[in-house]
Amino acid sequence: MWTKEIMMILLEGVGNTLYMTLVSTFFGYLLGLPMGITLAVTDKNGIRPNRIIYKILDVTANIVRSIPFLILLILIMPLTLLIVGKTYGPSATIVSLTFAAAPFIARMVESSINEVDKGVIEAAQSMGAGTFTIIWRVMLVEARTSILVGATIAIGTILGYSAMAGVIGGGGLGDIAIRYGYYRYQTDIMFATVILLVVLVQVFQTIGMKLSGRLDKRKR
Amino acid sequence: MAGIIEVQNLTKVFETKEGEVEALQDINLSIQAGDIYGIIGMSGAGKSTLVRCLNFLERPTEGTVEIEGRDLGAMTEMELRWQRSQIAMIFQHFNLLMQKNVIDNICFPLVIAGMKKKEARAKAEELLHIVGMEEKARAYPSQLSGGQKQRVAIARALAGSPKILLCDEATSALDPQTTQSILSLLKEINTKYGITIVIITHEMAVVREICSHVAIISKGHLVEQGRVFDIFSHPQTKEAKKLIIGGNEEANLNLESRQREQMKGKSCIRIVFSSNSSFEPVIANMVLKFGQPVNILKADTKNVEGIARGEMILQLPEDEQMQESMKEYLKERGLAVEEAEGYVD
Ligand SMILES: Nc1ncnc2c1ncn2[C@@H]1O[C@H](COP(=O)(O)OP(=O)(O)OP(=O)(O)O)[C@@H](O)[C@H]1O
Ligand SMILES: [Mg+2]
Repeated sequence: MWTKEIMMILLEGVGNTLYMTLVSTFFGYLLGLPMGITLAVTDKNGIRPNRIIYKILDVTANIVRSIPFLILLILIMPLTLLIVGKTYGPSATIVSLTFAAAPFIARMVESSINEVDKGVIEAAQSMGAGTFTIIWRVMLVEARTSILVGATIAIGTILGYSAMAGVIGGGGLGDIAIRYGYYRYQTDIMFATVILLVVLVQVFQTIGMKLSGRLDKRKR
Repeated sequence: MAGIIEVQNLTKVFETKEGEVEALQDINLSIQAGDIYGIIGMSGAGKSTLVRCLNFLERPTEGTVEIEGRDLGAMTEMELRWQRSQIAMIFQHFNLLMQKNVIDNICFPLVIAGMKKKEARAKAEELLHIVGMEEKARAYPSQLSGGQKQRVAIARALAGSPKILLCDEATSALDPQTTQSILSLLKEINTKYGITIVIITHEMAVVREICSHVAIISKGHLVEQGRVFDIFSHPQTKEAKKLIIGGNEEANLNLESRQREQMKGKSCIRIVFSSNSSFEPVIANMVLKFGQPVNILKADTKNVEGIARGEMILQLPEDEQMQESMKEYLKERGLAVEEAEGYVD
């Protein structure tokens, strides 16, 4: 049963899952970080309130977040086709994962930045700092621990989503679980994939918390 | 002479959901270069709003603020930012970057002004020395006491070589001793570097300690302003009298009501010692000269601008002739004398 072949399949599954998760998280932040910052900054209590921009991003984030991931996956297939040339496999899944994760990430970044002490921002303003300087040198610096904690949560969530994409042949551990466990009733393989998923989430969680704890200078 | 800070007809109205809040109404202020200017008032009087208007962190609804003759309201965003870099500010809660160490915090205004990191560090080391915090250069704010944090904040404020330093309740989170040391540091900065200091506070003790001038605001109105010396000697308004004689402390209020009892129907005067007169045994000499005792109801010596100053409330003998002669005697010795009847309001 635990043939070399199956081990290879599982190993490849881990590889694909990692690939999808990390790359989607990266692109998710590429979109979500600026979006979250813009949400925080243009908020009516932000440093540059702008109702129109805020509203547009706010509504966008809410819409995308309220669409169930599997449906989003199918909805944006034409776009996926355009970007990677096919609608199945890990690279295709990355496109949907990125779009699903970006608004979620944006919300977490927004709340991290909103937690930054208003007094410190005011101090920077009193020194003549402009909006960009405040974002770069105050908000992102003061919020970095909280943003990292957010990233840890995001990775865990994206990993879970990536497994879900297995339903439509998205590749990775989820895909294996469905193919072997669901279609072929090989429950031991399915359990193996589940355990691997749990271990992966655990690893990311541990690394993320350690890192953010070490970076936080507010303690001690 | 036009001051380094000129405020004219400044009004600030906040629009809130509950309606308009008039935080400041028709404020006029003139602060001369080199002054240590106190702005005192009860909580909610509008002090923070006023100080935030001085560097346009808050835009006035009406009126103008001029810094060295330049109207902040007429400035572009860029000019305004440059102007702000010339006006430093320190806060009640210090507002340091919690994720940066002491030296990087002090470098902050220099770095945003575009100074090279190395130069900024060198300058920051110097400033640390001025505020006496050399050995804490690598510490993080969370590892410092309140007084130490405020020293770092002062060093940071000085980094941009400002002409003006605004302090919003800078000592309100500190214990009396630490307050003393921070106030002396501010005084030193004022004399050494000629930086004009505006101090917002709700404590008369702070004004008495270091301010040369004071403005009293109450419910958004500026009710009295002038030299601390003059306001202490001759407070005009009820608010000023309350702050000076009574203080805010309960103990004083009790004392006051006892005094009021004692003074009923008797002739009481309030005398104010100025310059070095308090060191002369004026009262003793007067008693010896007239051969009549006087009753000292209240004596309070305070330190104003570094000069020992005091005030006393005296109960004079019944004889009106004698009262007049005694008042005359005191006035001749350069003391301000005024009737205290109904004074303790
Ligand atoms: N952003 C704001 N929006 C609405 N109202 C405000 C705002 N800022 C201040 N106010 C109101 O303006 C008035 C003056 O507030 P301010 O903070 O200037 O008082 P303060 O004298 O500094 O008081 P404290 O000693 O408690 O700090 C208060 O009634 C306050 O509620
Ligand atoms: Mg205040």
